[in-house]
Amino acid sequence: MMETLEQVRDRLLARFPGGEVTLIANPGPAAQHSLALGLNQAAAMALFLRDDPDLRLDYCSNVTGVDWPEKEIVESTKVTVPDPAGGPAKVVEQKTKRIQPGYLEVVYHLYSMALKHGPVIVRLRTGNRHDQVTVPSFTPVWRSCEFQEREVFDLFGVKFSDHPDLRRILMWDEFTAHPMRKDYVEPDDYEWEPTPHGTVLEKAKAHYPATAVAAPTAAVGAAHHTPAAAAVTTAAPVVRSDTGLETRATPAPKEGTP
Amino acid sequence: MSGVEPMFPSPSSGAHVNAVHDPFHGDLLEVSMGPHHPSTHGVFRMMVTLDGETIVKLKPVFGYLHRNHEKLGENTSYLGSMPYTDRLDYLNSMTNNWAYALAVEKLAGQPVPERAEYLRVILAELTRLLNHVCLAGFLLQDTGASGTPLMYAFREREKILDLFESLSGSRMMCNYQRFGGCRVDASPEWLAGAQTITNNFGRFLDEYEELITGNEIMMARTQGVGALTPELAISAGITGPMLRATGVNYDLRKVDAYGVYSRFDFRVPLGDHGDTYDRYMIRILEMRESIKILQQALPALPAGPIMDPKAKIRGFRPKAGEAYGRIEGPKGEIGFYLISDGSPNPYRYRVRPPSLVNLTVLEDMCLGQTIADAVIILGSVDIVLGEVDR
Repeated sequence: MMETLEQVRDRLLARFPGGEVTLIANPGPAAQHSLALGLNQAAAMALFLRDDPDLRLDYCSNVTGVDWPEKEIVESTKVTVPDPAGGPAKVVEQKTKRIQPGYLEVVYHLYSMALKHGPVIVRLRTGNRHDQVTVPSFTPVWRSCEFQEREVFDLFGVKFSDHPDLRRILMWDEFTAHPMRKDYVEPDDYEWEPTPHGTVLEKAKAHYPATAVAAPTAAVGAAHHTPAAAAVTTAAPVVRSDTGLETRATPAPKEGTP
Repeated sequence: MSGVEPMFPSPSSGAHVNAVHDPFHGDLLEVSMGPHHPSTHGVFRMMVTLDGETIVKLKPVFGYLHRNHEKLGENTSYLGSMPYTDRLDYLNSMTNNWAYALAVEKLAGQPVPERAEYLRVILAELTRLLNHVCLAGFLLQDTGASGTPLMYAFREREKILDLFESLSGSRMMCNYQRFGGCRVDASPEWLAGAQTITNNFGRFLDEYEELITGNEIMMARTQGVGALTPELAISAGITGPMLRATGVNYDLRKVDAYGVYSRFDFRVPLGDHGDTYDRYMIRILEMRESIKILQQALPALPAGPIMDPKAKIRGFRPKAGEAYGRIEGPKGEIGFYLISDGSPNPYRYRVRPPSLVNLTVLEDMCLGQTIADAVIILGSVDIVLGEVDR
């Protein structure tokens, strides 16, 4: 059997004096706990995990990122306030707010093919989400990280020092944002069309406030009443009948014309 | 800089290939294979640099089918992602479903009744049969044996797809597994049909091997082509038949013994050379082992519920925590990594795609080979772009 994660942590700390290794507990039923490694010695520690004869974690299965944006945490503490009148002391709940700083995390799932055990889960955490986003690459230790770290770089914006070929992998090279971040807002100005899909319509309205895009069902009634809407819907609106067939509605004759 | 000396440096570290300044050499030729090349099995692209016919550099280009599956997974409920996992590796929706269900069951501590575990094994092994039989057909198509082997393979695949359709309602997008069991029960007629297909499949394999395995052209085209060493395969995270073709004994059905796999008697075929021919042979041998598992699992299928009665379908909210669940898919280790924050949607939903990770060594295997071999090597990796690009 493999040694416990506490033992691995203690051996790492003994082998790398001054290094940081924190055990992150997993409260769920899976109980897959993990080790957060300090960035300064992480690459050497990874090498140790791979080559140590008792661990031999020669196989890095999964590499992925997690985005933890900064969030406001409200902590309530109970304070006993003595009653100045001499009565029994009151227990008052005090709430304090603090901002927990955000960070990006890279998670590695390590297994041993030689000794057939695992996983040992290793996490690297960046300083923040803006300018301190560089972590050491594990690609020199495990080749399997090569594409997966590129993916984390692409989708999360974590930079890997020592990576041999750090380029975007799934998005195109000219793309600037990182879509897997929690605060990513997708652009709505390409491939949009006024479908009868509520959220798409709302977005299109926000993006094109001047030419209000009306829902097709609304446009049928509104087309010959409001000139603005009529100007937008140059083509006859599509009417969906119950049969599922789409038919172009013929414009109703304007009032006053024969 | 960490100063770690890579054991297997990536050959792709050089961004440019220097032209050969030699009067007897011609210029290097850069060929863009794909994304619409039929041999790339989808929208995959290889930027290949050629010296004559020999490959001196190969850059895979991904992302033509990217739709950010993981973000979609974060924006929908746990159950809502289940039909979407079908679209990852659309040949193997049953095993994708199982891997996802397994990860969620780990996350929520959800037990699975025994009949459902047996049904999962039966369906996963049928999926392995149809995936490997497809690969064998497509590999022959790539070598230029146009039509016949592929159609033989597809004839058998269609029989299994008929089974899937009668059980789940869909040939390929099965959406069958649930957290804590399966969606519909298998009828005795269905089981009889599965038994018939299992009984007849060995004869089809004999016929197919008679046609292909000893074929001189097949051997000349694949033996010694795209060889992979076991050390590099382990370091590069290669899994599945491609890893075992190099001789590394690592099959999650044995190592993790998830589900009820520990109850079945089967062997793990291993290769010797790690070349394309071994990768083909491993698949043939694995199909024979899958038949063995099916022959044991189908008669032993216990009666009972297929769904844990305490499993929650609606309003499913696992406790905060994380879990990584993995199974031996036909293409390799398919895993799902989930983080729950207690809400109905996963906080993080990650797919560990075997197809993408197995492509890590594509350049290593192709360097020094001819461009015609690159087609076969890629075919023997066995990729589905729905999973590579996600």
